[in-house]
Amino acid sequence: MNAVAMTAASPASASAMPPRRVLGAYLAEARSECLRYLRAPGFMLPILLFPGLFYLVFGVLMGKSEGADAARYLLASYSIFGVMSPGLFGFGVSLAIEREGGLLTLKRALPMPPGAYLLGKMLMAMGAAAVVVLMLLAMALGLAHVVLTPAQFGALLATGVLGVLPFCALGMLVGTLFKGQGAPGMLQLLYLPMSFLSGLWFPLPMLPKFLQQLAPVWPSYHLDRIALAAVGITHDPVLPHLLVLAGFGAVFFMLAVRRLRRHG
Amino acid sequence: MNETTVARLAATVKRYGPLTALDGVDLAVRRGELLALLGPNGAGKSTSIGLLLGLIRPDAGRAELFGLDPQRIEARRRIGVMLQSANLPATLRVGELLRLTMSYYPNPRGFDETAALAGLADLLLRPYGKLSGGQQRRVQFALALCGRPELLFLDEPTVGMDIDARQKLWAAMRALVAEGCAVVLTTHYLEEAEALAQRVVVLGQGRVLSEGSVDDLRKRVALTRIRCVSDLDAAAIAAWPGVASAMRENGHLRIATAQAEVVVRRLLDADPALGELEVQRAGLAEAFTELTRETVAEQEAA
Repeated sequence: MNAVAMTAASPASASAMPPRRVLGAYLAEARSECLRYLRAPGFMLPILLFPGLFYLVFGVLMGKSEGADAARYLLASYSIFGVMSPGLFGFGVSLAIEREGGLLTLKRALPMPPGAYLLGKMLMAMGAAAVVVLMLLAMALGLAHVVLTPAQFGALLATGVLGVLPFCALGMLVGTLFKGQGAPGMLQLLYLPMSFLSGLWFPLPMLPKFLQQLAPVWPSYHLDRIALAAVGITHDPVLPHLLVLAGFGAVFFMLAVRRLRRHG
Repeated sequence: MNETTVARLAATVKRYGPLTALDGVDLAVRRGELLALLGPNGAGKSTSIGLLLGLIRPDAGRAELFGLDPQRIEARRRIGVMLQSANLPATLRVGELLRLTMSYYPNPRGFDETAALAGLADLLLRPYGKLSGGQQRRVQFALALCGRPELLFLDEPTVGMDIDARQKLWAAMRALVAEGCAVVLTTHYLEEAEALAQRVVVLGQGRVLSEGSVDDLRKRVALTRIRCVSDLDAAAIAAWPGVASAMRENGHLRIATAQAEVVVRRLLDADPALGELEVQRAGLAEAFTELTRETVAEQEAA
């Protein structure tokens, strides 16, 4: 009986969690998040299929007449188009569905380390982004005969893997605003126009002047500029674009976290 | 806060817009006890649980877990949770879900022990989405107990289970209580509270209506149930003195009363053709219905 009273009086010692186990919880959460989506082809397939198909048609087959530079340009743009979707949909849709289905509520009640849930989803999105970029790189090098230095190869991959993060934050924000099946429609409404207006489908100079001037409003525009610099199409400084993206990401993330705290 | 209290609501108020879900509720869960939280839908059971888990915040009063704010992770490492509905990831296997949840706790129960206790040994390799509703509830139960909690929250745990599965879950709950784990159980099945609970708290319209042992609750409303076949008008009988309620169900009249002898005599006088008469001491269900009905009547009168 004494022992029981002791544990009740000193909660800290009873529930102390060694750092190793906390780290283990983060790893377990990330592992589960990746596993569950790898096993759900309905989720991963569209994310991979659309940019792959677009690049095959416009970059490889139709790009033959335009030469390797067109294929190189489209490699960058379609990579960004492909990278946005695991961020927006991987984060936004799953968050919206899990908010509705009660999984998020359960995780909030359980002693999951704070942030492990979001970190798991983030790693999942980064992994999917890497797969999309690698797939397009393979098509560009193998089918469209684009020549890249190893540094350019690495720069584009890094742009994709890190560039997914501001879109994770945007997806997360949408996922906290809409529940369940309302989110995918809303995300499409963001994703497709934003891709078009940032010059990811057609080069910006082919768009009306007004839309060209509007382009810097979209985060995808800035990521595209970085990707174009990565494959050597442009030689602009990338730092301003990086800062804009970091700003977008931080604002979306803070708004989303605030909503998540208040409304769950 | 005394050291045998593991969770507490103190004068807690929670409003959702114009609706007051909890209206000054005091509730204490003691170490090692099984406390059943009863009440009709909308009584405030889930709100109470949500407050104790830190999922929602009180508008007034306090909610505490082990003397701490429920949102503190140190407090939540000592609890286990099974909510009313939780769609767990369908593509993950049962064993993977279990190991993931175990990773959240400092000193979890052994994997095999947890699986055995929740009756999952043969399901560990199955994807969660392929399980039946009852099997999924068993998995959720396993996740609730895998952390070796000192306090377990079970929100309607046996919904969707067949009788056999329910009996097994009851046995597991008894084993946990025997280990010294406190349990807060909400349920619609009154026989569940009767079979398991040491203490029953009845909530109605956001207030605690009664608190005590199952026997106390039953004594508080000493009702008797009368069942018979008769053409008498149920609505008219309901207005008789001493009759708590009367209704017609499948051709039978069902009457609840505290004065069975008087009512039976009057019934027989009123309908000489009356047949299939049964008189039975009420179970918790009637006691409970009566308790909540009283409150509604009081409030309507006020």
